[in-house]
Amino acid sequence: MSTRTMAWWLGSFARRPVAIFGLAVILAVIVAAILAPLLAPFDPSAIDPINRLSPPDAAHWFGTDQFGRDSLSRAIYATRMALFIGVGVVAFALVTGVPVGVFSALFPRLGHVMMRAVDVLMAFPSLLLALGLIVILGPSPVNSVIALGAGFLTTTTRIVYGLTLRLRTETYVEAARSMGSRTGWLVLKHILPNLISPLLVQASFVFAFAQLGAASLDFLGLGAPPEIPSWGNMLAESRTFVTRAPWLLFFPGMMIVLTAFALNVVGDSLRDRLDPRLREMLGSER
Amino acid sequence: MSAPPILAVHDLRTSFAVRRAGRKVHVQAVDGVSLTLAAGEVLGIVGESGCGKTTVGRTIMRLAHADSGRVMFDGADVIGARGADLKSLRLGIRMVFQDPYASLNPRRSIGDSVAEAGDINRAFASRGERTRRVAETLAAVGLDPAFATRFPHELSGGQRQRVGIARAILPAPSIVIADEPVSALDVSVQAQVLNLLADLREKLGLSMLFISHDLGVIGHVSDRVAVMYMGRIVETADTRSILEAPMHPYTLALMAAVPKPDPTLRIARALETGEPPSQFGRPVGCAYAPRCPLASDRCRVEAPLLRPLGARMVACHNVGT
Amino acid sequence: MLKVSDLTVSIGPDDAPIDLVSGVSFLIEKGEILGLVGESGCGKSMTSLAVMGLLPRPGPRIRAGRVELDGADVRGLMPWQRVEIGHARVAMIFQEPMTSLNPVLRVGDQIAEAVRVHDRVSGSAALVRARELLEMVRIPDAGMQLSAFPHQLSGGMRQRVMIAVALACRPQVLIADEPTTALDVTVQYQILGLLRELCNALEMAMLFITHDMGVIAQLADRVAVMYAGRIVETAPVRTLFDAPGHPYTRGLMACMPIRGVGQQRLKSIPGQAPQPDGVPVGCKFAPRCSEVRQSCRMASPPRLQVGPGHEALCAFPITDGRPL
Repeated sequence: MSTRTMAWWLGSFARRPVAIFGLAVILAVIVAAILAPLLAPFDPSAIDPINRLSPPDAAHWFGTDQFGRDSLSRAIYATRMALFIGVGVVAFALVTGVPVGVFSALFPRLGHVMMRAVDVLMAFPSLLLALGLIVILGPSPVNSVIALGAGFLTTTTRIVYGLTLRLRTETYVEAARSMGSRTGWLVLKHILPNLISPLLVQASFVFAFAQLGAASLDFLGLGAPPEIPSWGNMLAESRTFVTRAPWLLFFPGMMIVLTAFALNVVGDSLRDRLDPRLREMLGSER
Repeated sequence: MSAPPILAVHDLRTSFAVRRAGRKVHVQAVDGVSLTLAAGEVLGIVGESGCGKTTVGRTIMRLAHADSGRVMFDGADVIGARGADLKSLRLGIRMVFQDPYASLNPRRSIGDSVAEAGDINRAFASRGERTRRVAETLAAVGLDPAFATRFPHELSGGQRQRVGIARAILPAPSIVIADEPVSALDVSVQAQVLNLLADLREKLGLSMLFISHDLGVIGHVSDRVAVMYMGRIVETADTRSILEAPMHPYTLALMAAVPKPDPTLRIARALETGEPPSQFGRPVGCAYAPRCPLASDRCRVEAPLLRPLGARMVACHNVGT
Repeated sequence: MLKVSDLTVSIGPDDAPIDLVSGVSFLIEKGEILGLVGESGCGKSMTSLAVMGLLPRPGPRIRAGRVELDGADVRGLMPWQRVEIGHARVAMIFQEPMTSLNPVLRVGDQIAEAVRVHDRVSGSAALVRARELLEMVRIPDAGMQLSAFPHQLSGGMRQRVMIAVALACRPQVLIADEPTTALDVTVQYQILGLLRELCNALEMAMLFITHDMGVIAQLADRVAVMYAGRIVETAPVRTLFDAPGHPYTRGLMACMPIRGVGQQRLKSIPGQAPQPDGVPVGCKFAPRCSEVRQSCRMASPPRLQVGPGHEALCAFPITDGRPL
């Protein structure tokens, strides 16, 4: 992506304080994930039974949990899990959704069959689908990615399918066909480049909902194992102590909400930026 | 005068299945079209919307599938061509599209778009050759070769159309099919592009099939004109004859309806000449009969064939006998 | 009937406005057709929207000038506001009838809707009037067609329906923005004839916007040529075609593919029309003008009287009768 394009995307945030806030949150999460060992005041697994369940204070900004572990440090390390899930789910959705969507649109007979299969998948509420897959695959962070990814690949496929159908009728695609291009060339040179922008917007939303989905799975004990800090795990563990130590519920919950909100807001801004271009890109009404 | 035509079309038929109100309906877009194009000649195909002129062009380019008929390019079959023949066809007959805003991929640089035919058919021996030919072609259409690195949104409509022409002529084709190449352009830009096409035709010895609904443009650009109505050619003649002495009733109606820039000819009142029938309800017999002042019973039953009348071809029972 | 004075439509901040339309003035009498001609981006559509009160909000706004409908100043008022003050007898028809008509409503209902905006009548009375209007625009089988949907009609018929909708308010002024551009030539001819007849019969003033000089020649009584948001020439139609004064008008006429035979090169106007904000000091046409002089680039051109009823926004209009 050239600097010009990047500058154009960054323009999505101009004069939108909420969007800039969202962007800041996301950057903070990324920085926290990368620099976790430097930023976390304590080792997230360090047990300190004397100070268990203590409320937030100068030493422990987020308080401590039932083992005396520093909540803040756990929350910081949990950003790694959040990113892992987010990136993993987006990648899964794209890697499966894009080829299925593109080829379904280019080969109508195949397409009809595939789209019915996608319909079947979509009939399941995404969380139930994820739960079902976890039961089959067994709980682990990687399996969380697959289970959640399966839910998102349906919407991604549909979006790609719709876009490709439209792109297929574009005059420049016809021009390429008139020169004797084969399907591979069309896909590589014409279809995929035009999918990047809308998929970028879609990715931000998928990332957001993946957080919520992962938190749900972790909360149910079906995602990341309890040793690995994740916001969902932290929420799960806080259940027993919620009356005594509400801060254990509050801070991880806050992180989930904030991250999902930030991603949604950023996604909205990107999509608004893209919208007129999207209309122009997909052909005008004449 | 007796050199074989560079393009010969015999009884071409092309149809589509269209979904209408839930059912599949058969539309015969091209219904038995025959024409020839001599080397170095410009044949104008004119008609209103739905007459099939664009489909004729697309069928020759193999963008649409012909039901029957033959198309011969320099003696070689077009419709069934495969392999090496197909490749030379793709490079030898090229198309310029109507909409300069839609015919270029907004994500590809101008240079990439112009060179695409060569890239797909591996016609460049080296990267250097590719760059050189792109630069030459851009210069030939009156654009600065530096445009090769720019993107379509940076160019105006007229410039984009020049890029479309550059893309068409890069592989040094024999025939260019221009499908309404200036219809989306302003009059002043239109003139520039038409002049460009005339220059290129001379310099490169191109033969052209010029498709348009605009009689003024067709009249200026073409050596011969074929008038189409409802999928068939109703009259073919050299341009002067068509413009000065049209014979087919539809051609006459078309000429009468074109607004001429002459303020002494005023539109005084509404003249009802009917409208082209829907493509889904093609009448038996002559397609123009429902609107034709000369229509006889024979016309409604028997479709007239395109037959020679002096130096021209006319498809009408009631003309010139 | 319709008097527009010094109309200026701009975008951008108040202290640094960008004029899309600047200082446009014209007058159309009853039964007269004024042709507004120009190429894309010249501001003709924006002018018509401003006159009609249809400028999108937020968006370009009328910064200066007046729009007088039968003496009443309606500048800046949206159509529903005009209905309220009783000066709403101006109607507009657009280029694309398919998008101007609601695809899920029957044609008769849409015309009736327009009738009821202006007259307090019952639904059935409105439908009766709708049928009258359909007959006025010469739709065959008007009674049957009342219950048709837009997609069941051809392009020409849909345009007639749109004209019928426009006539519902008994307009004194009809604004037609490229109404025949999207139609076939034979259909166009009929619609133009219909419009001419209606103007005569109903004594309407019509503002007809187009880029097609042929249509102007055969339909308009007077012509205004627009370039870069300004009217650069106004004249009765015959005068304009016999002796155009402004170099842009002359250039426009010279580059039409005259339907004569012969492969002579078409004259063309070099360059492109300027962007609204990229317009230099002085005459906006100077960069492309074949007759340009030094002074043209420095001062805005005056509006000179070239002949009776004939004005040109040019310091050196061509008046010596030389050919194009």
